[in-house]
This record gives sequence, structure tokens and C-alpha cells, in this order.
Amino acid sequence: MSWIDNKFEEGLIVTSLDWAINWGRQNSIWPMTFGLACCAIEMMAVGASRFDIDRFGAGAFRASPRQSDLMIVAGTVTYKMASRLKRLYNQMPDPKYVIAMGACTIGGGPYFKHGYHVVKGVDLVVPVDVYVPGCPPRPEALIEGLMRLQDKIRHQTRAKDPISRVKEEVLN
Amino acid sequence: MHEATQQVISALSEGFSDVDFSPSPLMDRADGAVGAEQIYVRVPADRLLEVMRFLRNSEACAFEQLCDLTCVDYLNFPKATDRYGVVYSLLSLSRNHRIWVKCFVNDPSPEVPSVTGVWAGAEWMEREVWDMFGVRFSDHPDLRRILTWEAFEAHPLRKDYPLRGRGEREDYEVLTRESR
Ligand code: SF4
Repeated sequence: MSWIDNKFEEGLIVTSLDWAINWGRQNSIWPMTFGLACCAIEMMAVGASRFDIDRFGAGAFRASPRQSDLMIVAGTVTYKMASRLKRLYNQMPDPKYVIAMGACTIGGGPYFKHGYHVVKGVDLVVPVDVYVPGCPPRPEALIEGLMRLQDKIRHQTRAKDPISRVKEEVLN
Repeated sequence: MHEATQQVISALSEGFSDVDFSPSPLMDRADGAVGAEQIYVRVPADRLLEVMRFLRNSEACAFEQLCDLTCVDYLNFPKATDRYGVVYSLLSLSRNHRIWVKCFVNDPSPEVPSVTGVWAGAEWMEREVWDMFGVRFSDHPDLRRILTWEAFEAHPLRKDYPLRGRGEREDYEVLTRESR
């Protein structure tokens, strides 16, 4: 959620603006070049020509967090990496999204029970938008995850959401 | 034993007549034959740096490359006399021969001299051995943990570290969308 979201009353101008902004955002989700373990191999496959994530406008893997909108956490997040991952997330400009790809990232995966070095789910470190299960997930699954993220972006609005509007009325 | 290895070992025992290198094969083959071409020498920790300098610089040895630096925990190993063996795998590019050096150290404070002054590439490998086995390297320029996080206290590749871990966790702050 960026500074412009949830600020305005709903109306024709706002919804048209929503449509335009969401259209732009959902079709240019640039991911960060960020692979941690075996899942990253599948992520590379998604980036290559056979699966071709570029069809969804998300093929421009940026080498810098400052230029990226999406962090695909693909692989095992160790405790040592967790602090670095958090820093990378903090360096990304808003609006930013996170896809947790693979069992390791979702909840520790094969290292859940006895691994002394693996974070039990990357959502303990950064907020996650979409979870893509699998060990590793098939490239199609990651594309599905990206499409769900696009759905999520499509439903964002600059208008105040009903809950916060009610809250405001009650408080004032 | 290969002729080249033979030459290295005779050069070593000429240079350090007071050290017992006791060259032996690195492993016994499964078929019963002894792996004769891979030889390791034992070097005590207090002479290690001198011997390594000699191996690096002398004409007969000329081991320009440190291929690997690792460690073995010999806890409960049959016939083992010492706890940790720090293993150096050396390769001479110019003379095309190899040798392995083992330096045995023991609890409570296992420590060997750092060879970063001889091969600069040893730095991270020594950090890894420190991280995983808890063998300290004296005079290392930057002996921090390399693979586990900073607050971790154990040395997980030691044989007495439980297979299931001890439940160590890092206490980092959880980041939420609101906390930014
Ligand atoms: S979920 Fe499976 S494939 Fe993915 S990083 Fe973990 S172990 Fe590797």
C-alpha cells in the first residue's frame, strides 16, 4: 500500500484513476534478481523462453532492489540471510510485493523440524502477498502465483475502504 | 608413492629434521589396496606456519595453490588419538603434484595458526572451519562466523552437536506492513 491508497472518497474520477494505475502496476511487476536455493532454478526457468514470465510483464529481473516491485523469495531462507533479506525488502520502493515460493520459504519446508539454521517461514521476516507451495513449485505454479498477485493489485483502490470509512464516522 | 610426492617428503624431512611427518596414505581403498598416490603428512600446530611457508616457497615443493582447507572431528573415530584434524589440500601448478597436510588439535581450546599470510584464499575457508567446528585460527585478519548468524553459539559440524539441533533461534524483529 502506498501513500496514495485509501485516501479518497469513491467516485467516477477515483475509480477511473484506479483502473489506470492498477493496469499499469499489474502489467509491469518487475521482480528482483533474488534466488536463494533450488527453487531459484525453477524461477529461472520461468524467466526463460519456455515459460516466459515476460508475457505477464514481469520478465525484467532487476539487479537492484531500488528498481524492483516484487521480491520472489525463491529458496531456503537461513537465519543469516533473513537479516539481509529484510534489508533488501526495506530498500525496495513502494508499492512492493512479496511472493513466497516453495515449502522452505512458506514454513521451513524440509528443515522445519530439525534444521538449526532455517527460518520457519519468511512471513516471520517480511509480509508476504502470495504463497506458492511446492518443493520446488512447477514453473506454471509460479506463473499462477504471479497471476494471483495481479488479481490482488487489480482490486486495490485509491478510495477509502468501507471499514476505515465506518471507523472514521464512529470516531468523529 | 609417486616420485614427486617422494621428493616433497624428502625435502620436508631435510628442512625440518626435528618434525615427525609420518607420511601415510589419505585413505584405504575399499578393495583393500592402499591409495598410494595420495599422501598426507602430520604437522604439529606450533610448526605449521613454518612448514607451510616452506611448502609454498621452496623450489622442490612450490605448492602455489591451497585447494581446500577443512576439518574433521575424530570424536569416537576408531583408533583416533586427537579430536580435530585441520586438513590442508595443496596443489603445485608448476610441478603438478599434490600433498595433504593434517594438523591435529584438541579441546578445550583448539587453535592453529592462520595460513592467510601464505595463501590469501584461506581466509574464508578458515572462517568456515571456525564457524562449523570451533577451531580458532590465531592471527586471522577477520575471524567471524561465515555461514550461521552472528549470535549463534554452537559449532554444528562437531560430532557432539545433536543431529536435531538445540533449538537455537535468532531473535529478529518481525516486519509487518504497518511497522514500516
Ligand atoms: S522448497 Fe524445496 S526446492 Fe525449494 S528451496 Fe526448499 S528444498 Fe529447495
